[in-house]
Amino acid sequence: MHIVSHEVPLVWYLILSAVLFCLGVVGFLIKRNLITVFMSIELMLNAVNLSFVTFAHQWHEVKGQIFVFFVMMVAAAEAAVGLAIIIAVFRARSTLAVDRIDLMKL
Amino acid sequence: MHLILFIIFAALCLTGAVNLLFQKQPINSALSLIVVMTSLAVLYLLLGAEFLAAAQVIVYAGAIMVLFTFVVMLLNAGREERTLGSRAYRTVGFPAVAAILAVIATSFIKLQGFGSARIDDHITSTADLSAVLFTKLLLPFEVTSVLILVAILGSVALARKGDAEGREPK
Amino acid sequence: MTILQFFLWSVLKVIVVTVVLLLAVAYTVLLERKLVGRIQNRWGPNRVGPFGLLQPLVDGAKSFLKEDIIPTAVYRPLYLLAPIIALSCALISIGVVPFGDPGITGPGNFHFFQIADVNIGLLVILGITSIGVYGIALAGWSSNNKYSLLGSLRSSAQLVSYELALGLSLVGVVLRSGSLNLDTIVATQSTHGALSWNLFGGFQFIAFFIYLMAAFAETNRAPFDLPEAESELTAGYHTEYSSMKFAMFFMAEYANMITVGCVATLLFLGGWTSPFGNLLPTPDNIVIRSLLPMFWFVFKVFGFLCLYVWVRGTLPRFRYDQLMNYGWRWLMPLAILNIVGTSLWLAYR
Repeated sequence: MHIVSHEVPLVWYLILSAVLFCLGVVGFLIKRNLITVFMSIELMLNAVNLSFVTFAHQWHEVKGQIFVFFVMMVAAAEAAVGLAIIIAVFRARSTLAVDRIDLMKL
Repeated sequence: MHLILFIIFAALCLTGAVNLLFQKQPINSALSLIVVMTSLAVLYLLLGAEFLAAAQVIVYAGAIMVLFTFVVMLLNAGREERTLGSRAYRTVGFPAVAAILAVIATSFIKLQGFGSARIDDHITSTADLSAVLFTKLLLPFEVTSVLILVAILGSVALARKGDAEGREPK
Repeated sequence: MTILQFFLWSVLKVIVVTVVLLLAVAYTVLLERKLVGRIQNRWGPNRVGPFGLLQPLVDGAKSFLKEDIIPTAVYRPLYLLAPIIALSCALISIGVVPFGDPGITGPGNFHFFQIADVNIGLLVILGITSIGVYGIALAGWSSNNKYSLLGSLRSSAQLVSYELALGLSLVGVVLRSGSLNLDTIVATQSTHGALSWNLFGGFQFIAFFIYLMAAFAETNRAPFDLPEAESELTAGYHTEYSSMKFAMFFMAEYANMITVGCVATLLFLGGWTSPFGNLLPTPDNIVIRSLLPMFWFVFKVFGFLCLYVWVRGTLPRFRYDQLMNYGWRWLMPLAILNIVGTSLWLAYR
């Protein structure tokens, strides 16, 4: 095994990212608050970023890391717009429970 | 050394992510997500991506999550209610998640010729990163800046009080 | 040098730096009280010890012995966590600051004057500062008090807005030295004394001005002390805190001031290098040669702290909309212009 030589197989990083991604999906399914549902999406994005960095390390390719950089920028834009939408929804319905936000129109 | 650090921070990541699911207060979920993000930054550092580790802390933990906590505080989001709707998501969702995990994990384990990471591996310097970013990938970079501009305009328009014609609410 | 020796030396360095930093925090409080006293034409503390020099110790003992009141309506876990986050974030970022000449090393290329030499030292400081917001934000939210909540909402909005200007103002310096390593940034300013500092030789005075303003806002100091504006919000985010927990916020604020002073010194004022450059001969004695750079460093940081206190004693507080307008409409565009100017100058020099 690799444990003796104090190395970590890169596959472990990939599996960690897969588990994190699935935890994000579970959070997306079971959370009932609009903000925490959005947080689960961020968790999924982060999990994917980890696998990008791992692949970049394996193939000595800088572009993998740059892709993570782009994902971060898009996530920042997404968070700004998403949270603005959440505030607008809260203003219209004064609730954040996703079950109660079930009408297309006021 | 690498192994110890990996185990500590991978465990922190997983605990944070599981805690995000089980907490009922949104602010606690947000804090667990911050724990996940900062430990991911350490994992990036272990993989030799030092600029990304710093960007992860500054952008994700320091800006995006501050926005989240800000909104939680602003809307005073309290405890989560139990769901009122259908429970179909349990019967369909959880097997589906298990299937996704199984598929991804087996495909990762079956990868051939994958190496391992050590503490003294090569480190991608910020200069290497920007050399590629500002030459080969300049167009995508500029396009993202337009995207950010659009996002700013969109969020300002959404968060503004009043209707589409700009009238103040009564 | 074995791993164990390296570990022991590093622990020793961490202890020494932490103790010195905490002492410095205590005496910065005294410096501020004395200077503000003189500005307002009164004496300031002068009863405990000669010239009131023992005042910080007495203050510390007092806040340690006070009754620790936890109001019943607070959200306990976060209420207890918030001061710890604030103080630890303020103390950690000093770890990458080089205090002295890195040319003088011990066995195995061991740095005496810096806890950790990091390639991305500048980004580490920025990152840890941006985490420090949570201390204030959570303190206000968990206190369950409207003044606290208003204070922490103001503070998070202010910090996020001014962090942009702060980060952009440092880009010019990074462009000039081509590195994010603090040692390298200092080394590029060391050739001709004060003339090659980024502030003068690098024509970064606009960036320095922006950094100064943004740093005042980042540390919640006057004239940007809206999160704890005592005339409107009682005490802002730490209204419900007492005893040692209040002292932790207090120490965090002053430790942040010192960190900001260190960063300004490193990036704009040449770090540990002498302002006279080669005009003064380099001393032969190894002790003097290692102490002199530290003296210059401490001297510059001290000057910066005095500037802080002077501004606090002189300027009135901003109104909230003025603060936001100033940050977004003036400092941000100015910082971007500075980046454009610096890069054009570097490209066509």
